[in-house]
Amino acid sequence: MMLSVNELKFMYRNKNVLREIGFSIERGQVIAVLGPNGVGKTTLLKCLNRILKPMHGTVMLDEESLLDLGTMDIARRVGYVPQRVETGRLTAFDAVLLGRRPHIGWDVTPHDLAVVDAVFIRLSMGALRLTYIDEMSGGELQKVAIARALVQEPKILLLDEPTSNLDLKNQVDILTTIREVVRDHKIAAIMTMHDLNQALRFADTFIFIKNGTVYIHGDRDIVTPQVIEEVYGLPVMIGELSGVRCVIPGVCKITLERNHAYTPP
Amino acid sequence: MHTEEGTIPDDYLHYTRQKVMYIAAGIVLVFFLFILAISVGAVAIPPVDVLQTLFGIGASVKWERIIWNIRLPQALAAIIAGVGLAVAGVAMQSILRNPLASPFTLGISSAGAFGAAVSIILLGTGRIQSTVANPVSISNPYLTTIVAFLFCMLATAVILILSHVKGASPEVMILTGVALSSLFSAGVMFLQYFSSDTQLAAVVFWSFGDVGRATWDILPLMAVVVAGATLYFLFNRWNYNAIDAGDETAQGLGVDVARIRIVGMTVAALVSAVIVALLGVIGFVGLVCPHIMRRIVGDDHRFLIPGTAVCGAALLLASDTVARTIVAPYILPVAVITAFMGAPIFIYLLFRGYKR
Repeated sequence: MMLSVNELKFMYRNKNVLREIGFSIERGQVIAVLGPNGVGKTTLLKCLNRILKPMHGTVMLDEESLLDLGTMDIARRVGYVPQRVETGRLTAFDAVLLGRRPHIGWDVTPHDLAVVDAVFIRLSMGALRLTYIDEMSGGELQKVAIARALVQEPKILLLDEPTSNLDLKNQVDILTTIREVVRDHKIAAIMTMHDLNQALRFADTFIFIKNGTVYIHGDRDIVTPQVIEEVYGLPVMIGELSGVRCVIPGVCKITLERNHAYTPP
Repeated sequence: MHTEEGTIPDDYLHYTRQKVMYIAAGIVLVFFLFILAISVGAVAIPPVDVLQTLFGIGASVKWERIIWNIRLPQALAAIIAGVGLAVAGVAMQSILRNPLASPFTLGISSAGAFGAAVSIILLGTGRIQSTVANPVSISNPYLTTIVAFLFCMLATAVILILSHVKGASPEVMILTGVALSSLFSAGVMFLQYFSSDTQLAAVVFWSFGDVGRATWDILPLMAVVVAGATLYFLFNRWNYNAIDAGDETAQGLGVDVARIRIVGMTVAALVSAVIVALLGVIGFVGLVCPHIMRRIVGDDHRFLIPGTAVCGAALLLASDTVARTIVAPYILPVAVITAFMGAPIFIYLLFRGYKR
């Protein structure tokens, strides 16, 4: 057991956002946090590295209580990629170098530069090194944000919807990269997601959140039409396409009615 | 992470070295402007004599008085005030995530002007002299300065308390500043409406920022405050880069954004307040120098803060030199010229876009 979260509680303006969250994860896993909009997925991520301060509960990372560490100490253990990153007149190399912030004393050392360079090679982004980030596409920018979290040399990577705003190819690229990095470096990645199909393909463990608690937590076998309908309030079908599980919203009847309705008179 | 794969990339080192060169070139420029500023004026002093007098070599005694008592303090004040206003501006633009932030956005200068007006009109510290060189003077400069400074700090305190209550949100800080700025400007107008001609002239005179007001008495104070603030901002350069990447990214990198914001604002406001209280309102430097340097060295605060400091010194020194010579024998206050000098450069840079 690498990270264990117990009885985490967070209130926002007297409203219980997270009532009682508890789960634990293993090294080398990709965890998908799933649930409808506004259920507190982002809040949960932010509570894990204390961007938001939980009212109650513990987050243990390898015998260490994360919530009791200093902000810089947390940043040396947990990398965070928010949904939105700002750009500026900065080269990709400098933008990623910023990820060394928790390790930098007065100034960067040759070691910091070497780590950044290694991550550029690792993510095959060498050609982008001196590109200004305000001239980058959404996919490239997301890669920069992930690279920035990687140079923090974290044990846990938190990603808030890493594939929102990306085209299909970039989605697959980014998730494949995350998958490989997690495996190769024996870290863990926790990401919030909306696309159940991508989650099924790239995550090992699934956490469904409902009413401020973990509705169900486990491997891909827990992802059933019943669970999804309970959590999202929408009936779905799950089928297999060349051995890959796919989730499609609606039931057969609705689909047919729709098709019928759209047929020109 | 697999650090053994990484090397220090040459192209990146070349790229950073280039930025250092721009800043070094700026420092050389400031040095030449400094000598020029001392050498020109009502009496032209050859630059060689300026150097000799400054370094105490060669016996050019005849210039000693002019240089040591008049031109050197004025040139030093231009450099110090330029650096102070410019670094306060660059820090505030990052802290408030707003390209229009400057020491003036927050109403600090208006507060200073209002303080001076209160002192001159209500406490009677202004009068008119009939000499050509200095037609209006403030009869009690110390009281005027102190009252101006108190009002600057009052404005700062209001902004800080409000933003502390509201969780250090940049929007609250800026909007409060804009509101205070209007409030104090209205206050100045109100006082001016009920003042005598003499007092009115003294208030207007005070509000034209002039580095010529600097004397050896106040230079050390200015230098210490500006140097301390510049060091503080430099020390936080990585935090400002992190805040530029977004509050959440910064927090993920271990930066205490709310604290950096409040402390940074306090330091920026203090520098601005000291300069405004001592020299009067000098606009434009704090707003435009950061943008000029952004277009030359980029947004990386490792280079942007020192670059902006050099730019501020150069702009104010050059402006003051022009102000003293353009309509000689009359001497204009530097505040009149800064925008004249800076705006064309700035507009040119906006047209040209970023340096590649």
